[in-house]
Amino acid sequence: MTESIREQADSTDTANTGDQDVSRSGEQKPKLEKQVGLWGDAWRDLRKRPLFIVASIIILLLVVMSAFPWLFTSVDPNEQLLSKARQGPSPEAWFGYDHLGRDVYARVIYGTRSSILVGVLATSLTVVLGSIFGLISGYFGRKTDVLVSRFAEIFLGLPFVLGAIVILSVFNAGITSPSGVRVMSQVVLTIGVLAWPISMRIMRSAAIAAKQQDYVNAAKALGASHSRIIFKHVLPNCIAPVMVYATIALGQMIGLEATLSYLGLGLKAPVVSWGMMISVSQQYIISTPHMLLFPAGFLVITVLAFVMLGDAVRDALDPKQR
Amino acid sequence: MGRYILRRLLQLIPVFIGTTFIIYSLVWALPGDPFAGKCGSRACPEAYVQMMTEKYNLDEPLPVQYVLYLGQLFQGNFGETFSGLEVSTLIQNAYPVTIKLAAIALVFEAVIGIAAGILTALRGNGFVDNLVLAATLFLIAVPVFVSGFVVQIVFGVQLGWMNPSVSTDPTIGELVVPGLILGSLSMAYIARLTRTAMFENKRADYIRTANAKGLKPRRVVSVHMLRNSLIPVITFIGTDFGALMGGAIVTEGIFNIPGIGNLVFQAIGGQEGTTVTGVVTLLVIVYLLMNLLVDILYAALDPRIRYD
Repeated sequence: MTESIREQADSTDTANTGDQDVSRSGEQKPKLEKQVGLWGDAWRDLRKRPLFIVASIIILLLVVMSAFPWLFTSVDPNEQLLSKARQGPSPEAWFGYDHLGRDVYARVIYGTRSSILVGVLATSLTVVLGSIFGLISGYFGRKTDVLVSRFAEIFLGLPFVLGAIVILSVFNAGITSPSGVRVMSQVVLTIGVLAWPISMRIMRSAAIAAKQQDYVNAAKALGASHSRIIFKHVLPNCIAPVMVYATIALGQMIGLEATLSYLGLGLKAPVVSWGMMISVSQQYIISTPHMLLFPAGFLVITVLAFVMLGDAVRDALDPKQR
Repeated sequence: MGRYILRRLLQLIPVFIGTTFIIYSLVWALPGDPFAGKCGSRACPEAYVQMMTEKYNLDEPLPVQYVLYLGQLFQGNFGETFSGLEVSTLIQNAYPVTIKLAAIALVFEAVIGIAAGILTALRGNGFVDNLVLAATLFLIAVPVFVSGFVVQIVFGVQLGWMNPSVSTDPTIGELVVPGLILGSLSMAYIARLTRTAMFENKRADYIRTANAKGLKPRRVVSVHMLRNSLIPVITFIGTDFGALMGGAIVTEGIFNIPGIGNLVFQAIGGQEGTTVTGVVTLLVIVYLLMNLLVDILYAALDPRIRYD
């Protein structure tokens, strides 16, 4: 544990010296007079990375797709034309039709929304939960720390997929036709409950490192309250590692949602989702490979874009690795 | 060290109780009659319901049930399924398969991952480096259920190079492809971890010293650099083994492997509460002990880290 604290302290030191370098060069060139913090520095670094640019363009496109699916297709994703069942790709249906004669292209486009939505909500939930507990645990230490850490370990001890399956089957029991909102919030809550300890640990070690800094002692000496110190001083200096985790986790959450939907426990019928489409395609794979190809392709590209973004953000925010 | 281990073992107890209690209450709090559909198309006979209720203390409040269950468990009694099969027999049949699969996955991810990591770290920013980085990105992005499914269809069904699903008592040979699929994600992480660690150590003082005193480059890399770089990798492999021992529900499901993941997945579907709680309790113990072992190993490998 002391090892990781030292590492954290190291990286904050390097970040600070990086700032000073920037301001010094700013004195020489009047153009760069404004002081740039860790985030400004990272942003300038990010803009130059091809990996970041490619990932952002893909993600932007996916976000537009999930917000306004009708811009990309005018076909109803749930309309069934049995006469066209399992027809291959053609000019009027680019990705062909599935076993019930639904347009695969329209379904893939509409599926973007549920994947992105579940990914973003689940990640936000884990990060918010984890950050709150991590801050409390790291800042107050002692008994609070022991209590929160043991509590977190209880959830870490549950195997992830297994835990999700058990929780979701309890949620699902006895409900025959759930609404779309219910189905989505079940998956988000389940992932959130199981994943928060990871961001809690990251936040906790960052908070322990930040707590020992001089500016926190200064704030204490000035008589600042705990909540003021936590929100004004500790939190802004701890947020970077958690944000790096969040960007990488976003991609993993989307993959996880697809896995759960594939197992038949995640998203369900009124909602269109890539995991479900892949799951259904299994029975028709030999005659209709396009039923697997397109949703799986979209899923892989989406996860890839978020993992690439996370990689770029981590490299930019962690000056030690440059 | 001994004190540290003892403290960690004591800390495991509340975690173990918490985790198993959550699973126990979730499984038995499932709404609906636990006997529904257990006796075919007719309702269960009154005597059977009474016997089972008494056996599993189903009419007691949940915490009491849990304590009684745990008491039975520590006497080595995992209980029976509703059809009278011993849960311990089911676990005994399934666990060796899962361990075999986990070991194969581990060998793949360790050998290929470390080799790829060393290769990129030594070559620097060249074509090989970019190739390995792109490959790891791709492996991380493809969910196991997609890659497993595609491999099964292409190599198993269309090309016929392998059996699409394994036999009831799978041999090592049959488990090679599923093991490779299962290990692919961690393989990418290990390659990246090795690469980062090697890069960090490349500029270390002791490497410069080793080079300066005229050691052969091969010796500098294999004895000095590699041994220090592999410490985080080995701890990652240990944690991953702990996770793999918990069974791979998705991979085992795709290739129809009769391992622990398949057993527990089917038990959840069939509402076999005793099987689920029994298996999960065992898995939690294995996972927690594996993590403890990794922490101890970490201190043993890196003398700079001292507990207590």
